[in-house]
Amino acid sequence: MMLAVAEVTPAWYLILGSILFSIGAVGLLVRRNPLVMFMCVELMLNAVTLTFVTFSRMLNDVDGQTVVVFVLVVAAAEVVVGLGIIVALLRKLPTATADDINVLKG
Amino acid sequence: MDTLDLVWLIPALPLAGFVVLLVLGRRLGEPAAGWLATAACSSAFLATVVVFAALIGEDQHHRSHVYDLFTWLQVGGFDVKLGFLADPLSITMALFITGIGTLIHMYSIGYMHGDPKFSKFFVYLNLFVFSMLMLVLGSNMLVTFLGWEGVGACSYFLISFWFSKDANASAGKKAFITNRIGDWGFMTAMFLTFATVGSLDYSVVLERAPEMAPVTATGIALLLFVGAVGKSAQLPLFVWLPDAMAGPTPVSALIHAATMVTSGVYLMTRVNPILAQGYDWGPDTIAWVGVITALFAATIAVAQTDIKKVLAYSTISQLGYMFLAVGTGAYVAAIFHMVTHAFFKALMFLGSGSVIHGMHDEQDMRRMGGLRKLMPITAGTFIVGWLAISGVPPFSGFWSKDEILLFAYDRSPALWFVGLVTALLTAFYMSRQVFMVFFGEERWREAADAEAPRDARRPHEAPWVMTLPLVVLAGLAMVGGGLNLPFTSDLHFLENWLEPVIEGNERVIDVATGTKVGLAVIAILAGLAGIALAARVYLHKKLRAIEPEILLEGWRFDSSIAVFMGGPGQRGFDGVAAFDTTVIDGAVNGVAGAVSGGGKGLRFLQSGFVRSYALGVAVGVVGLLAYFLTRSGI
Repeated sequence: MMLAVAEVTPAWYLILGSILFSIGAVGLLVRRNPLVMFMCVELMLNAVTLTFVTFSRMLNDVDGQTVVVFVLVVAAAEVVVGLGIIVALLRKLPTATADDINVLKG
Repeated sequence: MDTLDLVWLIPALPLAGFVVLLVLGRRLGEPAAGWLATAACSSAFLATVVVFAALIGEDQHHRSHVYDLFTWLQVGGFDVKLGFLADPLSITMALFITGIGTLIHMYSIGYMHGDPKFSKFFVYLNLFVFSMLMLVLGSNMLVTFLGWEGVGACSYFLISFWFSKDANASAGKKAFITNRIGDWGFMTAMFLTFATVGSLDYSVVLERAPEMAPVTATGIALLLFVGAVGKSAQLPLFVWLPDAMAGPTPVSALIHAATMVTSGVYLMTRVNPILAQGYDWGPDTIAWVGVITALFAATIAVAQTDIKKVLAYSTISQLGYMFLAVGTGAYVAAIFHMVTHAFFKALMFLGSGSVIHGMHDEQDMRRMGGLRKLMPITAGTFIVGWLAISGVPPFSGFWSKDEILLFAYDRSPALWFVGLVTALLTAFYMSRQVFMVFFGEERWREAADAEAPRDARRPHEAPWVMTLPLVVLAGLAMVGGGLNLPFTSDLHFLENWLEPVIEGNERVIDVATGTKVGLAVIAILAGLAGIALAARVYLHKKLRAIEPEILLEGWRFDSSIAVFMGGPGQRGFDGVAAFDTTVIDGAVNGVAGAVSGGGKGLRFLQSGFVRSYALGVAVGVVGLLAYFLTRSGI
């Protein structure tokens, strides 16, 4: 049985990556919940990671995958710090949105 | 260890005395603190004698020993060691500084008796001796400068020792500020020396002096001379020295007559190769400044009424002689006169201190007179000093002054003539002082008798700690001329001794023996004429005294400075101050204002909304992408 299955080309991954990145970017700009904004940032990071891996495969170069390992490590560290701050913040002000937190206003 | 390495001990001993007295002085009290200070100074004298003996043991041309204690500063090629130089010149200086210093320390025990700050006085005195020894023993200009500033600071402390009186405090300030001008010269000379030679060590600088361009050498020499003019109170920076008499009399004797004020002469003698390398008008300038100062100060001394002011102006005048000697290339004569002057002037200052002490703090000579009967030792020793400074042979002053006048004559008869007139005036004003204080009617009697109880206010002779130094100094003032007798070359002890330091740069004069004797006779006659004239005026009252007001006020030199600084000078400096506040401060404040204004404008960008920052980043990224794509793409 032949299923008309289109071949999965690297372009698909690149398109998926850009879609994920755009969702993340738009989400970061339109949502006000700090936790959601944070997740959007993570989404953007992972979109970039996906792109790296794709290109690594396309160009047959292992450098892209190396970068991914670094990104993962940095992202893990970032989650520890960022999530810690956000959780602490929401504990103090449970209903706060990102726009309420503007004490660093110039 | 080489005995000459002990040279570091010479300044270390007074420093140790200073530290111990600083910590324990008050507890030791009177008179133990004074004796401790005297012991510190006299042990430094012994150390100097040991080094002196070791130096004599060396071959004549190896009599220069540098001992480095440690590296003081090292910045790139600038390398300064805290080192000491033992050579005939520095050891000569150290010998008479510690020797006379010891006598004056001892004298001070009697003079400062009963003073509430007795021990503090000796703290300063030991610190001074330490600084002065650093000045003369330093192996490079920076160590000398350290001592130079140290003696300046001690001079300030001691002039304003009794600072509760306003005049004393401002006299100290005046000395300090006037010396600052001289220090500028010294520092600039050091910069120039380092820029030219790349070192401040005397051994290097003086070795390479003959390679200097004449204009550089003259510049360095004259800048150092500016320093010397400040420290040694020459025209026009002499104004601080008469005021410095506000300090206790032993200070005047030690600092403002025998040692500190001669450091300018020492410095010029030390750098004699630089002086020799420069243009001829450099030394000529020094000679003329010296001789004019000598005459100028002598004229002022003629009309002074304060017993110490006479001696102060006399010191300025005698220092002028020394610079005359330096300027005419007679370095040996300069050092010779420095040493004999230290003997007789310290003697007379201490004598005047004894008089002031005996007269219960009276300094006005018009209220003295006939004191020789009540103070026989003071009077006798003072008379020795008087004969020495007046140039009466065979006292020490005659020999040294005669040598200076001889060199001056060889250089230019005009210099000689001014020097001769000064010698006459010197004999005159010193005789005037002796006659007013020790001879004639007892003008103090009225005032003393008016105050009961009788006899309590009578002048009295000083205690032995004060008279012993007087007697020793009188002995030295009498025979000091033996250091350098002009008869045969075997008798030129000082000249032979100092030769390694000044070899080649001492002027060689060729004057017939007949001329020499003639000049000496003229000088003696001038001195005797001065004495005779003073005797007629002040002893026999045959002639009326001529003491114009303008001379009493020192040709109004000092007050004209005050008037100028209060009037046009003040306006000028106000202008400078205005320039400072408007232009310089304006530029600085303008930059600061622009930055803070810009910051105020930009702070509105910092809205505090995280999402607007994110939008900014996004827009920025898009912008950058667009830029690179359009540029590199198509």
